[in-house]
Amino acid sequence: MVKINGQEIDAAGKTISEIIEKEGYNAARLAVELNGSIVPKAKYAETVVKENDVIEVVRFVGGG
Amino acid sequence: MIPTKEEFFNGLAAKHGAELQKKFAAASVAVCGAGGLGSNIAIALARAGVGRLKIIDFDKIEITNLNRQQYFADQIGLFKAQALKENLSKIAPYCEVTAEVAKITEENVTSLLKGFPIVCEAFDKAEAKAMLVNAILENMPETYLVSGSGMASLNSANSIKTRKITDRFYLCGDLTNDVDAGDGLFGARVLVCAAHQAHTILRIIAGEFEA
Repeated sequence: MVKINGQEIDAAGKTISEIIEKEGYNAARLAVELNGSIVPKAKYAETVVKENDVIEVVRFVGGG
Repeated sequence: MIPTKEEFFNGLAAKHGAELQKKFAAASVAVCGAGGLGSNIAIALARAGVGRLKIIDFDKIEITNLNRQQYFADQIGLFKAQALKENLSKIAPYCEVTAEVAKITEENVTSLLKGFPIVCEAFDKAEAKAMLVNAILENMPETYLVSGSGMASLNSANSIKTRKITDRFYLCGDLTNDVDAGDGLFGARVLVCAAHQAHTILRIIAGEFEA
């Protein structure tokens, strides 16, 4: 299992791009941390998450 | 009569303590965006005695900004960065303010923010927020970044919080209420988020790194 924003999800073996698509997130409005480090946007398609990884997906909303 | 620089420092030190005031005076903060978040954050930091501020914004003041942004009615039509610098000079005459009328992009972010160890993201568009946060976290790993997301609507102000996402990345807001949902943008609630961001920056300067 992989922890995404505190929730256990069966996503080991998937790429960040696949997770974003499956969850229905807007890729232009987010930042992704994998085990405490930022995942560069250019690496979403090639970054594969492993068992016990901790992912934080920060989804920005408008207003300021 | 404007007080001298020393009188200003002593006045602030009487409230904050001299040791902390020295840290504030030596600090440099870049504020990206001078709207509802940025104009209020910059004023809070200048009032606290932060020594150097860089205000970056490409936009001009409109009448719809005045419910939450720190400008005067006769400043409508002026560039926000320049008008804010003018307003800050009256509040904190010894704060060294640089106003940059520029749109921050992935290409110019590193050069615009060079020399500023603490950066505040205070944009309005979600895409721009994400761009700046990604660019800084990817390219400027030593930078402390304080971002704001989720302050629209008339919902309770109690849902606005500061979270520490990584070692140097703090996120303030309710993370949920999007201005695009059409529930409005209320000055006092935007100010709560701005206050979270400004206060987090002061805590970082003071060496207090918990959210």
